[in-house]
Amino acid sequence: MIEVKNLVKSFDDKVVLDGISTTFNKGKTNLIIGASGSGKSVMLKNIVGLFKPDSGEILYNGRDFINAHRDLKTEIRREIGMLFQGGALFDSMTVEQNVKFPLDILTDMPEDEKLDRVNFCLKRVKLEDTNKRMPSEISGGMQKRVGIARAIVNSSQYLFCDEPNSGLDPITSIKIDRLLAEITEEYQITTVIVTHDMNSVMEIGEYIMFLSNSRKLWEGNSDEIMHSGVQELDEFVFANKMMRKFRDQ
Amino acid sequence: MKNLGRYLIFINSLFKNRESFKTYVKLTFEECMLVGINSIVLVGLVSLFIGAVSTLQTAYNLVNPLIPDSVVGLVVRDLTILELAPTITAIIFAGKVGSSIAGNLGTMRITEQIDALEVMGINSASYLVLPKIVGTLIMYPLLVILAGVLAIFGGYLAAKFGGVVSTANYFMGLKMDFNQFTVSFALIKSVVFGFLVSSISSYMGFFTKGGALEVGQASTRAVTVSCIAILFSDFILAQLLLVR
Repeated sequence: MIEVKNLVKSFDDKVVLDGISTTFNKGKTNLIIGASGSGKSVMLKNIVGLFKPDSGEILYNGRDFINAHRDLKTEIRREIGMLFQGGALFDSMTVEQNVKFPLDILTDMPEDEKLDRVNFCLKRVKLEDTNKRMPSEISGGMQKRVGIARAIVNSSQYLFCDEPNSGLDPITSIKIDRLLAEITEEYQITTVIVTHDMNSVMEIGEYIMFLSNSRKLWEGNSDEIMHSGVQELDEFVFANKMMRKFRDQ
Repeated sequence: MKNLGRYLIFINSLFKNRESFKTYVKLTFEECMLVGINSIVLVGLVSLFIGAVSTLQTAYNLVNPLIPDSVVGLVVRDLTILELAPTITAIIFAGKVGSSIAGNLGTMRITEQIDALEVMGINSASYLVLPKIVGTLIMYPLLVILAGVLAIFGGYLAAKFGGVVSTANYFMGLKMDFNQFTVSFALIKSVVFGFLVSSISSYMGFFTKGGALEVGQASTRAVTVSCIAILFSDFILAQLLLVR
């Protein structure tokens, strides 16, 4: 479980996160949604420690992450897996080396065990025969799946995804969404996904937080989002014709 | 001044929260290959021609019949050891390796590969940059030695085939009034220049913001600042170590 309390972050004079509080529960796919520039990626980067908040608290299973000593911070970070928007695979390494990388750096596991674990994770994301290929030789969707395999290889307890569907076709997007939801449930991890894809919201949104103008405007699930009564959220949800038709029916 | 402060903090951060020694050994070996072995051909070629041209131009300028031909060898030797091998090679090195380091790290930054390392709890600066600096500190002095030997050999070839000075006189000049400290001086300079090029280029690349355009700009800035730092430190070192 991750608790966020009164998170404030600003860049120069511009406040990007204005007192955000929420709880992301274990075994659930938690979504942060909002329009571009609403602060959702900044929030994710604060939670994983890539940005330092101006004030507020971030608790990983009760452990204060922001004010933690370096060793505790490293310990918490090693429980985190993250899927970046562009995959962020190391382009000088093969798929296998990319997935094995956290094990090489963070564990003393014997080499054959590492390879078994890598093959298991690649199989889990349905990429069995890509071990020796370079990231540049595989498609965007496959890169995302390799990113997911790398994020879970070290038995992460927390999985963060920054716009996992960006640049993907609708079918591949749904496959990635379902994979993330399956992994979350199967390994009982806390998954936090930043997205503005309404398909993802409807498909896997067990807990959804809507950010607008640096503030949390609404929270709920994929059933409640259709009847939120919040104007900004309705504008966001029903921005496309398909969703409007769905509502009107 | 702000950049200088950030650079010093960056250098300090390389030694905090490091990974295992074994990890660095492997990475440093890879960097030695990238930084050193891949630069041999360019450095060798440039040094050979610089030595040859230095011989021809020195001979061309020595018109006074009272000055013996062997002085050509002496001038080429001291020029090579004191300045050409460490300094000119450093400029070439900054252009080739410095831009590559900045481009590599800049690309890793904008494609979030550095963020991926940070999220894993790895000190990305230490993991990525320290091996580059250590690799350069090992390989650059060796490149300077190679450059010096090849420049003097280039001078020999120019003497032999250019006919401006006899090879016997050239060798006599090479041995004349040799001060061993010049070699130590060149090696001290090579260590300093190697550190400057690798650390400045890493700093420029590591803090790249934006996209592909900014990666190119970071590479250019890395070469420019490295060259200025090389020339400035060259003067300081000469003042400190050569002037009595």
